[in-house]
Amino acid sequence: MAKKIGPLDIYNYLPKTNCGECGEKTCMAFASQLIERAVKLEDCPALKQPNFVRSYNNLKEMLAPSVKEVIVGVGDKSVKIGGEEIVFRHELTYFNKTAIALDVHDEMNDEELLARVRYVNDFCFKRIGEELTLDLVAIRSTSKDPDRFAQCVSKVLCESKKPLILCSWSPSVLEAGLKVVGHERPMIYAATKDTWEEVGRLAVKYNCPVVAFADGDMAELKSVVKALESLGIEDIVLDPGSHVEGKYLANTFGNFVASRRAAIWNKDIGYPLLGVPAIAWLSGEGAFKEAIIAAIMIDKYADLIILHTPEIWALLPVITLRQNIYTDPRKPVAVEAGLRKFGNPDENSPVLMTTNFALTYYTVASDIESAGVECYLLVIDTEGLGVEASVAGGKLDAFKANEAIKNSGIEKEVKHRKIIIPGFSSRISGDLEIQSGWVVFVGPRDSSGIKEFIEKKWVGLA
Amino acid sequence: MTNALDLTELIKMLGKVEEIELENIDVIAGELGLILPTISAIKRESVKKAEYRDLNFEIPLANFTGEVLEVELGATKANGGTRENVIKVGGERTMPFYNFEALNPNEPVIAFDVFDTKIHLAGPVRKHFEDVLEDPAEWAKRCVDKYGADMVTIHLISTDPVIKDTSAREAAKTVENVLQAVKVPIMIGGSGNPEKDPEVLEKAAEAAAGERCVINSASMSLDYKRIAKACVDYGHVVLSWTSLDINDQKTLNKYLMDAGIKKEDMIMDPTTAALGYGLEYSFSIMERIKLAGLKGDKDLQMPIASGTTNAWGAREAWMENPEWGDREKRGPLWEAITALTLCLAGSDLFMMMNPTAMQLFRDIIKCLCGFKETESLDIKNWIGMR
Ligand code: SF4
Repeated sequence: MAKKIGPLDIYNYLPKTNCGECGEKTCMAFASQLIERAVKLEDCPALKQPNFVRSYNNLKEMLAPSVKEVIVGVGDKSVKIGGEEIVFRHELTYFNKTAIALDVHDEMNDEELLARVRYVNDFCFKRIGEELTLDLVAIRSTSKDPDRFAQCVSKVLCESKKPLILCSWSPSVLEAGLKVVGHERPMIYAATKDTWEEVGRLAVKYNCPVVAFADGDMAELKSVVKALESLGIEDIVLDPGSHVEGKYLANTFGNFVASRRAAIWNKDIGYPLLGVPAIAWLSGEGAFKEAIIAAIMIDKYADLIILHTPEIWALLPVITLRQNIYTDPRKPVAVEAGLRKFGNPDENSPVLMTTNFALTYYTVASDIESAGVECYLLVIDTEGLGVEASVAGGKLDAFKANEAIKNSGIEKEVKHRKIIIPGFSSRISGDLEIQSGWVVFVGPRDSSGIKEFIEKKWVGLA
Repeated sequence: MTNALDLTELIKMLGKVEEIELENIDVIAGELGLILPTISAIKRESVKKAEYRDLNFEIPLANFTGEVLEVELGATKANGGTRENVIKVGGERTMPFYNFEALNPNEPVIAFDVFDTKIHLAGPVRKHFEDVLEDPAEWAKRCVDKYGADMVTIHLISTDPVIKDTSAREAAKTVENVLQAVKVPIMIGGSGNPEKDPEVLEKAAEAAAGERCVINSASMSLDYKRIAKACVDYGHVVLSWTSLDINDQKTLNKYLMDAGIKKEDMIMDPTTAALGYGLEYSFSIMERIKLAGLKGDKDLQMPIASGTTNAWGAREAWMENPEWGDREKRGPLWEAITALTLCLAGSDLFMMMNPTAMQLFRDIIKCLCGFKETESLDIKNWIGMR
């Protein structure tokens, strides 16, 4: 296993003056931040001086991620993949979320083609303060005809706000596509044992990232990668073959895991991984299977996946999973407890209660905001647990809720004594009424119901 | 550090980069004359011939020194119970489905949830059980006979004083009925009321004596010693339940062992947060627990269980919303992906609810185990798919 680089290894090459210009107090602190990738080498001005050329180069090499970071596309129309450093997310964090491409092909009619491209452009799903999007369009050549492919690529290019992947086994078809879009750095799919030289030379000529493909054979994949490297290519992506059935699927999963381990433990073929859940449609199975395969690949270790289905019911769980897995585990689980105000609540405004689990809090807060409800929200310190878990685990009981009411100052803010508690904490309502002297209303189980609850019930009560 | 570079270092650098600024670097003329030929030799060598060579790929293997314990659920006649089969859970030698490293002995197990009183269920779940919601024995039968669940969990929620306050004795009857209705191993759950659960689970454990059920659950928030004792006295497996905290899990496991539970009579439940609602916390905690066990931490070597049913708490799973597509598909997929993700993280036993979700999940784990024979697909054809 390659030795993990520690802050001290980095520190040795820093100027050691503790001048503070990087924004950190000491060079040592800067070293730790470099490892966490919270700062860049270029943030230290001294390192840019000529006398530090050697240190700078050494550091650059030491800090290069085990999985190379590859950029597809240019400018606003680009996506970064790879750049990973660990095999388990709790060890640090995963950095660049799995990019998702949706496919089109060169025999689609124009209407369908453009509709699909626009669908990718406009796809945007807001969840807990983040916009979840699709990232690329993959164009497959089903016609195998270079001219037809070129035409299709040019239509997509005009319409697409996302970078492209050109897919064909034929170098001449790929070249026809590259003539159209080569200046925008599309990804070339794919080079094989047989086509590595022709496809590789296209990648060099157009300076584009290229996918190395070998069906289920890691030794062959590595050989293709090394052959591409021998042409001077640096931006390579690995496709070990995406099988979706039976023991072949088990083998694919093993290859993904082995590739990522090899990159991180052995510095061996350290490139991003590409998976193709769309292959589920080849065996006639469709969106359910495709979404399941996509989930496996997001969990372990695809940096880019190509999907076929535009069905939102299938995409929603997949993009949500990606959001979860790529959440930085270093972020705190809990928000600060206490009283929050939404809008400009007055002495008659409703009072709601929730827990300080970050996800619960942000979900409730965003529901209150989007409903435009002016109210108070009492955030209870449940040690970062959600409502159900904290009630069951004794972290949210009548005693705690009462203490929070008394200590929050809410009794000075409002004239009434009515509080809405989460639906899943209904168990504490009786005791809380007795202890606090407040009237307790059991609100909806899901905070999406807050608006309706307040409009229908609170208004009647107040 | 001075600016003096040693020669080999300089040669290395020149071999790597096209151009290098020699500013501020003192090179003695004689030395330069000496190294220039070497540099050009390196340059020549670094422009390698483009070629394809057959190379070996070495699969990097981890060297795990520990193993997850194998826990047996259910007891047949030979062992003092009435179950028709025994289920083995856990026993991993490597992370799930890392078949290139070792073959784990047991497939993940699926237990379906059954409740002892009619409760509110999400539409896509309810429709499968609409007519049996008030008959737990029939409900359990449906899960096993029709949908093929490996186990069922009977949740005695009606015992909660704020629900129906059913007596422990009556609840024990329900357990007996379920044991008669199905012949698979079962799990017995309380209502989650920390005052009442010890009594309810004690009576239920007694009624199911010798059946090697899973008693769900012992936690820090109730009298876990009483639950542990009931498990020991009546021959059951205890579910050690904590809330997303690996240290708590370790502590509770130790307490339960101190209270007389043998380590092969325990399963851990570190809490399942649903897809979209903190799944990543469960994912990482399960991975950490499984790795700790494989690395030899004896207090964390029990199999892991997941309350996957929590997936139905996510609004994206149950809510009708045209913008989110068909709920009848979205909901089951939500549950299946929650299960699958935690399965890859190391969970062994899954409490689930929706038949479609179970089918999706089970199909895929059969594949991942590596035993399922199928024809090989020429996947290169995907590009030509119309
Ligand atoms: S700017 Fe550079 S020299 Fe100054 S403290 Fe930061 S790392 Fe050290």
